[in-house]
Amino acid sequence: MATTQLCTFNVDDLCFGVEVTQVQEVLRFQPMTRVPLAPGTIRGLINLRGQIVTAVDLRACLGIEPRTTDALPMNVVIRGSEGSVSLLVDEIGDVIEVSTDSFEPPPSTMRALHRNMIVAVCKLPKQLLLVLAPERALAASQQPVETRARGELN
Amino acid sequence: MPDEILNEFLVESRENLDQLDRELVALEEDPRNTARLASVFRTVHTIKGTAGFFQFAKLEAVAHVGENLLSRLRDGVIVLDAVRTSALLAMVDAIRVLLGQIEANDAEGEGEYGALITALSHCCNDEALPDAARALGVAAPERAASIPPAAIASRPPRPVSEVPRIASVKPAAPRVEPAKVEVPRLEAPRIEVPTLDAPKVEPAKIEVPAADAAKGAVPTKASLPSKPSLPAKADAKGEHHEDRPAPPSDPRIRVDVRLLDRLMNLVGELVLARNQLLQHGGSSNDTALVSTCQSINLITTELQEGVMKTRMQPIDNVWNKFPRVVRDLSQLCGKQVKLEMEGGNTELDKTIIEAIGDPLTHLVRNSIDHGIEPPQQRVASHKPVIGTLKLRAYHEGGRVNIEIIDDGKGIDGEKVKARALERGLITPERARAMLPHEMNALLFLPGFSTAEKVTNISGRGVGLDVVKNNIERLGGSVDIDTQPGRGATFRIRIPLTLAIIPALVIGAAGERFAIPQVNLGELVRIDAESGNGLIERIHGVPVYRLRGNLLPLIELGRVLELDNGRALNGVNLIVLQADDRQFGLLVDDIFDTEEIVVKPLGRELKGLNTYAGATIMGDGRVALILDVTGLAERAGIASAERRIALDPERTRAHSVSEQLLLFRRGRDTRMAIPLDAVTRLEEFQRARVESVGGEDVVQYRGEILRLVYLSEVFGEPRSDNDTLHVLVHSSGDRSVGFVVDAIEDVIQQEISSARRDGRPGTLGSAVIQGRVTEILDAASVRGLLGS
Repeated sequence: MATTQLCTFNVDDLCFGVEVTQVQEVLRFQPMTRVPLAPGTIRGLINLRGQIVTAVDLRACLGIEPRTTDALPMNVVIRGSEGSVSLLVDEIGDVIEVSTDSFEPPPSTMRALHRNMIVAVCKLPKQLLLVLAPERALAASQQPVETRARGELN
Repeated sequence: MPDEILNEFLVESRENLDQLDRELVALEEDPRNTARLASVFRTVHTIKGTAGFFQFAKLEAVAHVGENLLSRLRDGVIVLDAVRTSALLAMVDAIRVLLGQIEANDAEGEGEYGALITALSHCCNDEALPDAARALGVAAPERAASIPPAAIASRPPRPVSEVPRIASVKPAAPRVEPAKVEVPRLEAPRIEVPTLDAPKVEPAKIEVPAADAAKGAVPTKASLPSKPSLPAKADAKGEHHEDRPAPPSDPRIRVDVRLLDRLMNLVGELVLARNQLLQHGGSSNDTALVSTCQSINLITTELQEGVMKTRMQPIDNVWNKFPRVVRDLSQLCGKQVKLEMEGGNTELDKTIIEAIGDPLTHLVRNSIDHGIEPPQQRVASHKPVIGTLKLRAYHEGGRVNIEIIDDGKGIDGEKVKARALERGLITPERARAMLPHEMNALLFLPGFSTAEKVTNISGRGVGLDVVKNNIERLGGSVDIDTQPGRGATFRIRIPLTLAIIPALVIGAAGERFAIPQVNLGELVRIDAESGNGLIERIHGVPVYRLRGNLLPLIELGRVLELDNGRALNGVNLIVLQADDRQFGLLVDDIFDTEEIVVKPLGRELKGLNTYAGATIMGDGRVALILDVTGLAERAGIASAERRIALDPERTRAHSVSEQLLLFRRGRDTRMAIPLDAVTRLEEFQRARVESVGGEDVVQYRGEILRLVYLSEVFGEPRSDNDTLHVLVHSSGDRSVGFVVDAIEDVIQQEISSARRDGRPGTLGSAVIQGRVTEILDAASVRGLLGS
């Protein structure tokens, strides 16, 4: 039984997980500098101990409307091959250990856009966890995404 | 085996071999240069000796026979020619392969060098030269022994009909694959020896049975050098070379590049910390604190400069392999090419040096392969039969420019466009609307060169798109300049320092940005009250008149889509320069000049041409660094060649104080010309005036200056004084001389009540010294004459 550790976080009412080895760190909200003319999914740049990291809004990548509350997003900093990128998420969850046996491919009813970003769906006792492939999510962020209202995500 | 000594030997030998390549190619042009021959001899001698010390039999054998040949050359017993040069170059390659094997496996490997050794010994006497030539696969010169050296240098290396036959030089050990050897990248990447797709000489022919090879190999034990040539490091290097006195000890030391990188990073962090320190402590009331902050400031700046310098290397380090590359490539392609290099001591950061080798090689290959025409074609086009390939490097405006210039057949934009259309790389609509320089740029599209023959010449990466990517990854740019039939120039521009630059911090629409100081011209404050009207709108575009030149303006907030622009007063105008574009940037606030650490933007943002990177300000927040060229492009500021002429009749008159030169035209008509349109005032005697093609000209400063009689321009007969007073007007590199009747005065005056819609040839008229005076428009006079 192979297991893997996932770092989990929430966006809207969706629960995501990323392999812990790909995550550099998680932080609370950091002040961001806007990048005018950048694609809408890029919220800005943050200063991470002298390293300049691009902050990408995962909500926007998924095509979900921005939150209506004033709550500030959290940062999940992903270690990439060419530097780090931070994903902006609603809340950060725990690091959990799951068995890869419980992984299933994403359902075909899922929007193609999301299916590309999701590597697998993991069945947890209380919910479904979508295992995210960060580099695919970032690649998707380069293209414009039509925004859907909450709840339309399937 | 003492590892350290071996490593040192390997590193030094590599450097020496690169030097040998260059020297051998240079010697081919100048075969009797004894000093150079002696130097090459010594190098090979050293390698032989050290090989013996380490008991590398094959290396020693190869070096030994090479040394023999070189000794005879140096002593003048025989003369260096193309065959011998090829043999020696093959020896250099073989040594490289051996060193590579030694480095990777601590052993010399399985290659056999008997054939090479035989070929090299054949080269030792003239009678056996044709045998050597056959073995190496090069064309044998007809009268090898009796070609006088002067003839070798001055005539083309060989008759054209013989050249297409091979000319590939391979080490005589075909089983050893150079590509498989692990070569650590200690210095600029090297070139694999070219191989042909369809060799006419089968390598198999030069297989030599092992027995002969053993015979040819020099017994190792018997010929240990009399002096060990690689003593402990501490000894002076003079021991290596018996023939010359010990050179002064080298004041340089080798440093691991990674250590330098760490230092660079640390200095970068130090600069950031210093910026923060200055922000907080610099304005404190504690004088001791302030003065300490100042000290740290100064020291940090100097430290930064010093560390940057450690990483700077002359571009020659990359270029020094090109003489060999060009020689081999031109033989391969059957062309004759002469290489010139200018600016080899231009310094670049080490990371750039390492990364620029491949793109440069590819461009050089391109020029020789596709640019320079075959000799018959060149002769038919009345060009010198030997093509010229020129490498040029120089600093300009905070960047390094590297140019690869050839005098070949140039690039036909229409053909390029047609091919791109064919390949489906552009749409027909786009093709129709394309300007010439855009057509050439199509060459950089991926997938363009799929039909090209892929040879082993550069070994990695094909296609100009890869070249462009590699250069852009360094933050640089590449573009093409060409004249079909005459040649082409590829120009690479790379920012000079990658890390720390001085910049001006400005504010617009509530955000902060940094502008690199290299692009900065001047700052102009446009006040709310007095500023009204200084900024005009022409065809809807805001412009500012800067000392007579109209400067297009960009509102930063608007072009970045941060706001919709605002009233054009109470703003700051920054005059910026990028390439040949000059324009003004309108911003809300001007803060400070600071030294900032440039951090590249992530891949997600690389496509935005308006930013050159980002930096962390003193307060810890991130600020974007503007890319002035990208900004100009985004705002649609045309470069000089595409600027649309503005209609002078639409401009309003306003008060500006200008310098004017007053002169007399005809008997009593007075005119004025803005002083900055006059390059020089001259007087010529009429006798010097000559007539060419119906025009009057005069020989002036080594050029032929065309004379324009202003009286005639305005419809009056010209006077025939003996002395001509001439106002020399230069535009670009062309000059014209306006002939006037007398030069009266130079004044500085506010031109009020000017009429700006004068007749052709004038800028209008104004009241000067109480008289209505027409102002000459030099540019339009030239236009009237069609010059």
